[in-house]
Amino acid sequence: MDLHAIAPHIPRLRRYARALAGDQHAADDLVQDTLERAINKRHLWRPDSDLRAWLFAIMHNVFVNQLRARSAHPEAALADDDLPPVPSAQGARLEIRDLESALALLPPEQREIVLLVGLEQFSYAEVARALDIPIGTVMSRLFRGRERLRTLVTGALPAPALKAVK
Amino acid sequence: MKVTEHELHAYVDEGLAPPARREVEAHLAEHAEDAARVQAYREQNAALRAAFDPVLNEPIPDRLRRIDTTRRSTRIAVAAGWLAVGAAVGWFAHALVGVRGGLTPPSLARQAAIAHAVYSPEIRHPVEVGAAEQEHLVNWLSKRLGAKLKAPLLAAEGFELVGGRLLPGPGGAVAQFMYQDARGKRLTLYVTRVESAQRDTAFRFSQEDRVAVFYWIDGPFGYALSGEFAKSQLLEVATAVYKQLNP
Repeated sequence: MDLHAIAPHIPRLRRYARALAGDQHAADDLVQDTLERAINKRHLWRPDSDLRAWLFAIMHNVFVNQLRARSAHPEAALADDDLPPVPSAQGARLEIRDLESALALLPPEQREIVLLVGLEQFSYAEVARALDIPIGTVMSRLFRGRERLRTLVTGALPAPALKAVK
Repeated sequence: MKVTEHELHAYVDEGLAPPARREVEAHLAEHAEDAARVQAYREQNAALRAAFDPVLNEPIPDRLRRIDTTRRSTRIAVAAGWLAVGAAVGWFAHALVGVRGGLTPPSLARQAAIAHAVYSPEIRHPVEVGAAEQEHLVNWLSKRLGAKLKAPLLAAEGFELVGGRLLPGPGGAVAQFMYQDARGKRLTLYVTRVESAQRDTAFRFSQEDRVAVFYWIDGPFGYALSGEFAKSQLLEVATAVYKQLNP
């Protein structure tokens, strides 16, 4: 297994990373770190296993480490203050303009699962393996994440725009 | 019968066998609120794909095509044993070459060697600002390069700072720090800004005529340490420089 084996998976890793990280630069940093770690740890990959699932599992670990590093560095964490606050009142909800800003408001552990299932079409069992958590946890985070996303988005979009989403 | 939350989501994700699917559909026909939720979740999935599927068709950035496995965490070790590691990573060396735009690493070494060759023989004007005004020197060069610089202390390696100067480079302003040993033999540290997309690299070596150069990229800067020294001695100094810049 080498860069050539991994290359076909790069577009999907980028798609997921873009949705997870928000902006293109941060997303490609995430992909780059993932690819580097995959190359460095290629001896750990079992040839009979699913390479795509393995790469997504690595990306999950890299993502979690980045979040930890960010919360350990207050100056970097300041960036989080740029995000709109979690809406509590009807009026605040109107601030959330679209799906992407709503996604950014989900807790990362819910965002990951909403995306792996909804965007990457992983089964619940595949998500559980990639994230190394029980399937019950996958489901409860998925349910909460989807419901939160729903209230965020329906609060933000006027009725005609909702139709356009279809 | 009662439909569970799990079944509602599994229905959205098309993870139900036909009999269970029919049960959920019967439930939804009678429970408008659940039906609205299922509809909203389906729209979410469709909206996610509509928003992010275009990424699949974007050209893949060069930096993801050439993955360098010798980054920060492993770099000190690599510096110590870079010859051995060089052979080990050779098998995918094709992935390492071809830095896009700006100052590519080989030309970084070349430019640094030329600057070294031009200024290090100077007796009267080797630098613009001398080591006596070190603080001013560093602040001035930092300002011109647009990022905080540091002049490493190399006394333990037998070199003292002579001073520094500002140079024109392919990508704008370049800083050059000059050091000399007890016999007056000089080495220069050439520091240039690199494209933000360019990632850290391991030490690389280039022999430019009589000038030996170790060069690397670290954060916003490309560094090149040049001198007419043996490779092993220069590597020792380069390692010290790197450690001081990454305490």
